[in-house]
Amino acid sequence: MSADATQNPAAIALDPAMTQSAARTEADEVKIAVKHLDFYYGNFKALKDINMDIRAGKVTAFIGPSGCGKSTVLRVFNRIYNLYPKQRATGEVLLDGQNILGKDVDINILRSKVGMVFQKPTPFPMSIYDNIAFGVKLYENLSRADMDARVEWALKKAALWDEVKDILKQTGNALSGGQQQRLCIARAVAVKPEVVLLDEPTSALDPISTLKIEELISELKENYTIVIVTHNMQQAARVSDDTAFMYLGELIEFTDTNTLFTNPREKRTQDYITGRFG
Amino acid sequence: MDIYTRRKIINGVNLTAAVVTTALGLFFLAWLLWTLFAQGLANFNWALFSQDMPGPGSEGGGLRNAIVGSLMMTITAVVIGAPVGILAGAYLSEFGRYARISIAVRFINDVLLSAPSIVIGVFVYEIMVAPFGGFSGWSGAVALAILVIPVVVRTTENMMRLVPDSMREAAAALGAPQWKVVNSVVIRAAISGIMTGVLLAIARIAGETAPLLFTALNNQFFSLDMSKPMANLPVTIFNFAMGPYDNWHDLAWAGSLLITLAVLGLNIITRVLLRPGRK
Repeated sequence: MSADATQNPAAIALDPAMTQSAARTEADEVKIAVKHLDFYYGNFKALKDINMDIRAGKVTAFIGPSGCGKSTVLRVFNRIYNLYPKQRATGEVLLDGQNILGKDVDINILRSKVGMVFQKPTPFPMSIYDNIAFGVKLYENLSRADMDARVEWALKKAALWDEVKDILKQTGNALSGGQQQRLCIARAVAVKPEVVLLDEPTSALDPISTLKIEELISELKENYTIVIVTHNMQQAARVSDDTAFMYLGELIEFTDTNTLFTNPREKRTQDYITGRFG
Repeated sequence: MDIYTRRKIINGVNLTAAVVTTALGLFFLAWLLWTLFAQGLANFNWALFSQDMPGPGSEGGGLRNAIVGSLMMTITAVVIGAPVGILAGAYLSEFGRYARISIAVRFINDVLLSAPSIVIGVFVYEIMVAPFGGFSGWSGAVALAILVIPVVVRTTENMMRLVPDSMREAAAALGAPQWKVVNSVVIRAAISGIMTGVLLAIARIAGETAPLLFTALNNQFFSLDMSKPMANLPVTIFNFAMGPYDNWHDLAWAGSLLITLAVLGLNIITRVLLRPGRK
């Protein structure tokens, strides 16, 4: 990075059109409200008093160096951490006003509402069609024709339909990495969730597949609230409306993407986005 | 002597020792197979499969009743043992991975895995043969099933653990309950490994003699009744090899070759199933 750029925190978002964000207002509908969230891996405290409101119908990005807890926050939103007995969260996470950390929450129904796509593509060992149908069958009883339509709809949403429409009965493992990841997105979208969590969805992909997935994210936010964790600051700047910067388990700064990248309030945010550490 | 020459000499000595010991092991294996083929192949004919065991002093004969009996008991043992083993393995790998009881179950399973098979024969004699008044095919199958279970438990757990957690997370993230994650995703991903475990278990029991001596005993005649003593290959080989008649010796060799070929075949199939890169 040139000397000029390091002096200018806005260097990362050179083109104002790169960010789609508009300033946050009170009128925005809140989809997920996080209040005093702490998280523990055994005795290690990985999240410290996180408080934030995630806007409905927007893309919220989490950035920060490795190990800062950004993926951990995501894993709280669908309680996937519950698979591991030594991990626990305290505080409140309100999804449409209901605390998902409460005892009486049905985790499986929560997960059907809050879908997730992981860093590494994870096609199930079954056909492309069945990969999509798997999640749908859990909560809906569709006729053959309706299921066909749903699979086609989901694959079109994930911009994968044209590439796989003739090989729906083949195993998902035969697809390329980028196709597999779009299959995973289609699989998450197929159950018609309200929120889609993306945990570094492009870090294992080539630039062209990455571009396709970023375009997809922009389209998906029409219908879903999207939360994305990314290592790549440019990606956060390109796809998100709001950005949260995390460091050592704390939420350092959270505001609309434009402000965060052009005029950060915190020194640490500025240092990170200008590449001085991380 | 400089350090480099010394290294070369040490390397040469160790390499030679490794090659010689490998050759020694292979030599005995080759010798065994050679003897088996040389002696067994001469009597490997259609009569082996079409005729029953010859009585004392009678000519010719085959092993049809022993082959059928062995197959029936082996299949029954697998039908009883494999589901129990797969379910227990799935419990250890998935549902009870962090449970305290799993540690005990794994330990006991390891003990069972290496328990002398004659002990299992005596045990089944005590619980099935003695109380129900007689040797039977059923008790033979149960003894073999007890040998199948630990092998299948162990391989099922290991193979299911090889399925990455990201796969479980992906399925759970769609809202699938755990039994569904295990049934539809994990078992499917591990199925070739689990099947391999079952085949290895069959290979393990194919030649077991001791547990059958105390349970199924043997039967000179053709019988499909599993509540009666049942003919089987290992005990027949044992009896015929010790017997005084030449045609008995010939059949014992042929029976030994038959079991060896079956085990060899099973091992080849498992190799093919677990071939790297196979999805």
